[in-house]
Amino acid sequence: MTVVEQKVFAMSGDEAVAYAVKQSDVDVVAAYPITPQTIIVEKFSEYVHNGEVDTEFICVESEHSALTACLTAAAVGARAFTATASAGLALMHEILYVTSGCRAPVVMAVANRALSAPINIHCDHSDTMVERDSGWIQIYAENSQEAYDSIIQAFRIAEHPDILLPVMVGLDGFFLSHTLENVRILPDETVKGFLGNRKFPLVRNHEGKLVPFRLAPENPITIGPLDLYDYYFEHKRQQEEAMRRASEIIKQVHGEYANVGGRQYGDGLIETYHLEDAEIATICLGSTAGTVKTVVDELRSKGIKAGLLRIRTFRPLPVKEITVALKNVKAVGVMDRACSFGGFGGPVFHEIRHILYDAPVHPHVVNYIYGLGGRDMSYILINQIYRDLERILETNRVEKKVQFIGLRE
Amino acid sequence: MKPQPKGWKEIPIAGVCWMPSEEYQTGDWRTFKPVRDLEKCTRCLLCYIYCPDSAISWNPDKGDIEFDYNFCKGCGICANECPVDAITMVFEQEEKEE
Repeated sequence: MTVVEQKVFAMSGDEAVAYAVKQSDVDVVAAYPITPQTIIVEKFSEYVHNGEVDTEFICVESEHSALTACLTAAAVGARAFTATASAGLALMHEILYVTSGCRAPVVMAVANRALSAPINIHCDHSDTMVERDSGWIQIYAENSQEAYDSIIQAFRIAEHPDILLPVMVGLDGFFLSHTLENVRILPDETVKGFLGNRKFPLVRNHEGKLVPFRLAPENPITIGPLDLYDYYFEHKRQQEEAMRRASEIIKQVHGEYANVGGRQYGDGLIETYHLEDAEIATICLGSTAGTVKTVVDELRSKGIKAGLLRIRTFRPLPVKEITVALKNVKAVGVMDRACSFGGFGGPVFHEIRHILYDAPVHPHVVNYIYGLGGRDMSYILINQIYRDLERILETNRVEKKVQFIGLRE
Repeated sequence: MKPQPKGWKEIPIAGVCWMPSEEYQTGDWRTFKPVRDLEKCTRCLLCYIYCPDSAISWNPDKGDIEFDYNFCKGCGICANECPVDAITMVFEQEEKEE
């Protein structure tokens, strides 16, 4: 397949997401406004009002209801989408688990925003990091283009008959959600062809008959009613299995999309930047990676072997890929835009140190917690991190395993 | 007979019910079992009306009621409502030993 010609629109991240949803032939959208996500559904409601889509748009009274509406729509076989941020995602918490447990392939955009209190509307990853164990696939976009591409891919991943897991796509609040960027837009029919219609695997119903996995009067089934200690554990194991399978499907879908759209984000799971021969490297998620790449370019021009590993898919965690990518690195700086109060560093740090425990050679792994509540992660601060890593490499000594970067003492 | 529990690879995803609910026997949740004194019982059928699990039925051939112990959870409502105290709740382990 050849890469299709695409129009370039100036769009904010939120608009790019709304446009992707518009092209994805979504049956149901239910959402409740919350900054910095609001523009997504605001834009989408315009498409509905103008008759550009035939989507059922449900105005609900809370995020708890928004996700419930999407989950039930997905259970009858609809393609469903919602979007939220921060407190809205926290209010969905209960239904996040119900959605993944019911294997409802809902796609959700999260404009990453800090959690209260004090109230803060700006970007950090606290909202999605607390939901990492909720059984949702998590993809973090670096820019608005990737947010657009990821939403389209997310429907294919979620609805894959071997997966059937909900997907959340994170885009950094304000940094992406509210800033204009040139975004390449696929033709409508290309997206339509890429996604196709939902397919339903067969499940055995209460009469022992094999029927499509969807709520339909002609073939009634019951989804997720009650499990006690006798079967709950088995159903959770199935979800874990779907997550394991998802890694390959995410790569596949990402590859197929690249054939049509011409854009690639590493292998779809992780993206490496000058990492092959890097001695010092940082690891981050989301929009920060853009600035880090500029710093890496500069350091490279000075002959410093610096690199970057961006985790695009945080759930399922690409354990194998991360292990291989870091095999030559001697000092790793993990950047966390979320705090795990009372824990040993931030959530990404936990994973990386955990993964590297089995590595044949252990690099130094340190944690930099940054950017809480939208605090800017500047070029200067990233440089500071690389200087710190250089010092660790020279002295072979770590003074502080966990540091706060860009914080006033 | 309770069916052999299935493994995670054998059961449908998402808790889809693969058997009718009558085959999911809830009688084994019971700790106390209702036992009826046939002499005292007047067949007034109040227990039949009150049973929240429909585990008491009227058998017209016998002209008598029957307990379905496959579904009786031992809640004791029948014993509580019986106007002539014909039903006693017996600790099941004890009853088996006798």
